[in-house]
Amino acid sequence: MTVGAREALFLILRRELRLSFRRPEQLAQPLVFFLIVTTLFPLGLSVQLSLLRDMAPGVLWVAALLSSLLSLDALFKSDAEDGTLEQLALSGHGLTVVVVAKTVAHWLVTGLALVLVSPIVGTALGIPTEAFATMLLSLALGTLTLSWLGAIGTGLTIGLRRGNVLLSLIVLPLATPLLIFGAGATDRAMSGSGVAGALYLLAALCVLTCTLAPFAAAAALRITLE
Amino acid sequence: MWTWFYKLASPPYVYGVAARFAPWLFGAAALTIGYGLIAGLGIAPPDYQQGEAFRMIYVHVPAAILSVTVYSIMAVASAVALIWRIKVGHAVAAASVPIGASFTLMTLVTGSLWGKPMWGTYWAWDPRLTSELILLFLYVGVMSLRSAFEDPARGDRAAALLAVVGVVNVPIVHFSVVWWNSLHQGSTIVTLEGPKMPGSMLWPLLSMWLGFMLFYGAVLCIRVQGEVLNRERQSAWVREAVKS
Amino acid sequence: MSGFWSMGGYARYVWPCFAFAALVVAWNVWSARRSLQAARQRAARALAMASRDTQ
Repeated sequence: MTVGAREALFLILRRELRLSFRRPEQLAQPLVFFLIVTTLFPLGLSVQLSLLRDMAPGVLWVAALLSSLLSLDALFKSDAEDGTLEQLALSGHGLTVVVVAKTVAHWLVTGLALVLVSPIVGTALGIPTEAFATMLLSLALGTLTLSWLGAIGTGLTIGLRRGNVLLSLIVLPLATPLLIFGAGATDRAMSGSGVAGALYLLAALCVLTCTLAPFAAAAALRITLE
Repeated sequence: MWTWFYKLASPPYVYGVAARFAPWLFGAAALTIGYGLIAGLGIAPPDYQQGEAFRMIYVHVPAAILSVTVYSIMAVASAVALIWRIKVGHAVAAASVPIGASFTLMTLVTGSLWGKPMWGTYWAWDPRLTSELILLFLYVGVMSLRSAFEDPARGDRAAALLAVVGVVNVPIVHFSVVWWNSLHQGSTIVTLEGPKMPGSMLWPLLSMWLGFMLFYGAVLCIRVQGEVLNRERQSAWVREAVKS
Repeated sequence: MSGFWSMGGYARYVWPCFAFAALVVAWNVWSARRSLQAARQRAARALAMASRDTQ
């Protein structure tokens, strides 16, 4: 039975989501990490709420960045280990379809989850509710871009010794513009100045990554799987 | 003329050319850098705003230009190697990484020493400084990725892909002073009205720039010979090359 | 001449600056030659082992 590319994409996407939900504890881990890291900052710095509020966008974004990095492991590793990835690669639909499906699934269960949890964390850090819309939008765009950067990084580092450290070394420098614009957007929302510029830039980065990263990630996988 | 390009894909040809060109490039680099230093330190008049401190421009700016240029060359060589499977491209990329990284470090340190008297701080989280620091991290990332693979060919390809992906940072470094309010000054040489610097200050700077480029070429020639040897160890021509 | 060395009072920034630049230049030359030497030795060793195998 031959399957078209779009059907293959949805099939793989459904498979990924089903597999993820079979182990809800695994899904919760990046979220719990996110909560823990954001708590560490106020505890470690012991500042008053007003100062904490000033740092809040940055703290939020760094925590989101690190949580996403943690969860990237799951993107390709288990499939690479048991040979499913090679089978998918040989399936005739091209690695790009596989990569798109897996990365979108990853974002849905990780990035989107972070976005949904962020109001709680934001309140804890003192971000006012007026800034929430910007915070949510910037996090949504940012985590999606991050999932893509992570797909490229993971594709390059599967199976390497200390691949996790290398992954961070690769993804974090590429993710710094995201951090700057994302935290900047939330910051501007809090101070009342215009957020449109920063949000447009975030969106531009997101679109750029969504269009080019699938090919880079597929190429990375091809190099690793050969 | 195009046959010369085809010859560049041949490892023994590149090895030979590199060995022959290196001394000339070193000599030319020494002359241009020598003139640049003498004229820049001794002949150019002090800046009316920065006084004698402006002379740090003669190492900082050429280093900065080199840091970005070398990355671009590395990215192009990597792309050529990935697309057309020309292994010499990997050799050029691998040879360029340590040189480019060292120039990026030079940019950051000389810039920091210049920033202290001028801006009052050794460092600022400003767009140009930050993107230059990211450039250093990218170089280190490419180097680490290449060495993390047991199969050197696979390591080459992975590092090449990362180099190409990271090239988006290069326009960010360059345009950061245009797009953002930056502590760092904007373009003074390449502007629509021509250079904003007087000739006595400009010529030594151009000479240093050229000198650094020639120096990169010379060091590249030395390193690429080694990189080619590492990748072609099994070949017949290597026997002859190593005996000498 | 003393004005040259004091660099208008900025000597403690200017001279370390040029010194570091010189250090990087020197390191590049040294490191490149060392890596070429190592590559040559490795190639020679590989050839020696290969010719031993074929004998």
